[in-house]
Amino acid sequence: MKMSGADLIIHLIERQGIKTLAGIPGGSNLPLYDALARHGSIRHVLARHEQGAGFIAQGMARVTGRPQVCFATSGPGATNLLTAIADARLDSIPLVCITGQVPRAMIGTDAFQEVDTYGMSVPITKHNFLVRSAQELFQVIPTAFRIAASGRPGPVLIDVPKDVQCEEIEFAAWPNPGLPASPPALDFNSIAAAAALINDASRPVFLLGGGVTASERHAIRGQIERTAIPAAATLMGLSALPSEQSLALGLLGMHGAVSTNLSFEECDLVIAAGVRFNDRTTGRLKHFCSQAKIIHVDIDRCEIGKLCQTCLGLVGDVGQVLEALLPLVKTRAASAWTKRIAKLKALHPLPASNPGDFPSPRTLIRLVAEHLDDRAIIVTDVGQHQMWTAQTFPFRGSQQWLTSGGLGTMGFGIPAAIGAALAAPERTIVSFSGDGSAMMNLQELATAVEENANIKIFLMNNNSLGLVRQQQSLFFGNRRFASGFSRQPDFCALARSFGMPAWDLGDEDPRLKIAEALGTPGPALIHAPIQEADVFPIVPPGEANRNMIQGGCHAHIAI
Amino acid sequence: MPTSPSDVSNDATIHQPFTILELTVANHPGVLSHICNLFARRAFNLEGVLCMPVGDGDESRIWLRVRENSRLDQLLNQIAKLWDVRKIRRGRTDSRLFRQLEDFFRTECSGKDNNRI
Ligand SMILES: Cc1ncc(C[n+]2csc(CCOP(=O)(O)OP(=O)(O)O)c2C)c(N)n1
Repeated sequence: MKMSGADLIIHLIERQGIKTLAGIPGGSNLPLYDALARHGSIRHVLARHEQGAGFIAQGMARVTGRPQVCFATSGPGATNLLTAIADARLDSIPLVCITGQVPRAMIGTDAFQEVDTYGMSVPITKHNFLVRSAQELFQVIPTAFRIAASGRPGPVLIDVPKDVQCEEIEFAAWPNPGLPASPPALDFNSIAAAAALINDASRPVFLLGGGVTASERHAIRGQIERTAIPAAATLMGLSALPSEQSLALGLLGMHGAVSTNLSFEECDLVIAAGVRFNDRTTGRLKHFCSQAKIIHVDIDRCEIGKLCQTCLGLVGDVGQVLEALLPLVKTRAASAWTKRIAKLKALHPLPASNPGDFPSPRTLIRLVAEHLDDRAIIVTDVGQHQMWTAQTFPFRGSQQWLTSGGLGTMGFGIPAAIGAALAAPERTIVSFSGDGSAMMNLQELATAVEENANIKIFLMNNNSLGLVRQQQSLFFGNRRFASGFSRQPDFCALARSFGMPAWDLGDEDPRLKIAEALGTPGPALIHAPIQEADVFPIVPPGEANRNMIQGGCHAHIAI
Repeated sequence: MPTSPSDVSNDATIHQPFTILELTVANHPGVLSHICNLFARRAFNLEGVLCMPVGDGDESRIWLRVRENSRLDQLLNQIAKLWDVRKIRRGRTDSRLFRQLEDFFRTECSGKDNNRI
C-alpha cells in the first residue's frame, strides 16, 4: 500500500475506534483535513475556537472513558488548545491532540505560525511527540492511544509537520491499535491488611475521587453502600454514590458541608480511593484528619504518600482493588459512629433552599434535578454556580458529573456539554453555567446548534464573577474590584441569534418553563437571573477544614 | 559546582551529600526537556548533568548529580513515569564521574578564555 502521512493518521485513528472528532483547520494541518474529507467516515465537528474543540473532545472522553481526538493547526491553533490539554492533565482525562506544525525544514526559523508546540506541551501532557517522518506514525499513533488510556489516563499531544503529512510511504500491513496496558497486579496481602484495618476501625469513612467514577466497575458502588461506612467525595468523585442516603456525606473540603468536614475531623480511618488529596479537599494538610490513619488506593504509584502520610497504600485500578477488598469488609451495624454522623448532619444542614425566594440557586438546581432521569449527565462551568451544584445536586442512578476539578477552567461547561451530547446522543445533558464562564466559550453555541446537541444550558446570571466577588468580600475587606459587570448582554437574544431556543426564568413560575425547555429536544439556553449570594460554608484558603465560615452572619464554626 | 545563592529553595539541602542518578532513556531531541522539566517545576536544582548516546544510538544515558533531599523519592517516582525513561539507578554510579569532570571544568574555567568572557 502507498499512502501519505495524513491518510495514515486518519486510518490509524479510525482503527482506534474514533468515529467523531473536533477541531479547526488551518495552513499546517490542511493535508490532514483533506485526508479526513476524502476518507469520509469520521464525523468532524467544527468548533469555533480550538479551546472549544479541546473541551468537546474532553466531554466525549469523560463520558466514554476512552481517548478522544481533537485537531488544531500550528501556532495560534496549538496555543488555543493548551488550556483544554492542561485541564485534561489535571483531571486525568484521556485525549489525543493532533496539531499541525510547519514543515521540518522550517522548524526553528520563526516561520509563519510556528511555535514550539512540543516544548510548550511538555509540562501539561502525559506524553508528547514531534513526528519526524511518516514512517514514525505507525508507532506514534497507536502508542499515543496506549499512553492516553493506560494506568492513570491523560492527554497526549502529537505534533505533525506539514511535510510529514504530505510524505508518501509504502507499507505492507497496519499496526495493531494501541490498547491500554493492563493495570498493576493486585497485592492480596496488602488488600487483606487493609480489610483488617477497616474492620478494626471504629470510626471509618470513605473518601471517593475521580478514580472511582472513572472506573468501569460499577458494582463497587453497591458494595460501598453495603458496608454501611459513611462516604464523602472529592469534587471529581461526586456522582460515585447516590447523594440522598443517610451515610452519604457529599462534598468534602473547602465547600463541603459542615457535618462532612467535622466527620473527617473525628474519624479514625480514611479509605481514600482514586483521590489525590488536593488542597481544596484537605484544607491545611497538617490538620487534615489528624486522628485518622489513611488507606490510599490509586493507580498512580506517585500519588501514594505524595502529600499525606498513608499507613497503607494499594497501587492498582481502583475498581479492581475495591472489588477485591470490599467483600472482605464486614457490614457495619448502626453504631455510636453512625449516630454521631446523623447528629452532625442534623445539627449542621446545608444553608436552606428556600422556595420562597426563587430564583435561589439551590432551588433552581433541585428543580432541574427533579426533571431528570437516572442517566442524565450534569456538567458545570467554574464559579459559585459550580459549588452550589456540587453541594446540592442530588445524584442518583448512573448519572454522570463532568466538572473542571483540578484546573478550574471557566469556559469548560458549554463545549464539554456538547462533547457529552455527541458521545451520548440519547441522554439529556444539563450544564449549569455562570454568566462569566459562559462568556468564555460562548462561540460554541454555534457548534451546539449546528450539531443539534441535546444540551440544556442553565445560565445563572448574577452579572458578576461571583466567586471572585465572594473572595473579595470575605478576605479582602469587601473591596470589590473587577468582579462586577456594568453591562450585560441579553443572553436569551444572544442564544436565539445563534438559532438556539431560549427561556427566561425571570418573572413567572419557572417550573413550567424548566419542564418545557427540558422536554424540547436539541440545544436550549435557560436564563436564570439570580441575586447576589455567597457560597457557604467556606474554608478560607490555606486554613484547616475545621475553620469553616458559615452563613450570612459569617460566624465561624467552632468545635 | 556551587549552587547559586539566589536558589532559595535549595538552601535547606545545600549541606546534603550528592547522589548520582543514572537514567537510561529513549534517544531523541525532546527527552532531556522532559526530564529537566520535572526538576524545574519542582524547583529542584540539578548540580551536574551528563548525557551520551549508548549502543547503536537508540538509547541515551543521562547522569544527574543532585543533592539528597526528602523530595527525591517523589521525583524519582515521577521520572519513572516518563514514557521515555527505561531504567533508573540511584547512587550506584562511581562518584569519580563528576569529580573528574569538576577537575576538567575548573581547569577550563581558569583558562584565558574564561577571562575574555
Ligand atoms: C479561565 C479562568 N479565568 C479566571 C478564573 C478565576 N475565577 C474563578 S471563578 C471566577 C468567576 C466565575 O464567574 P461566573 O462564571 O459568572 O460564575 P459565578 O461565580 O458568578 O457563579 C473567576 C474569574 C478561572 N477559574 N478560570
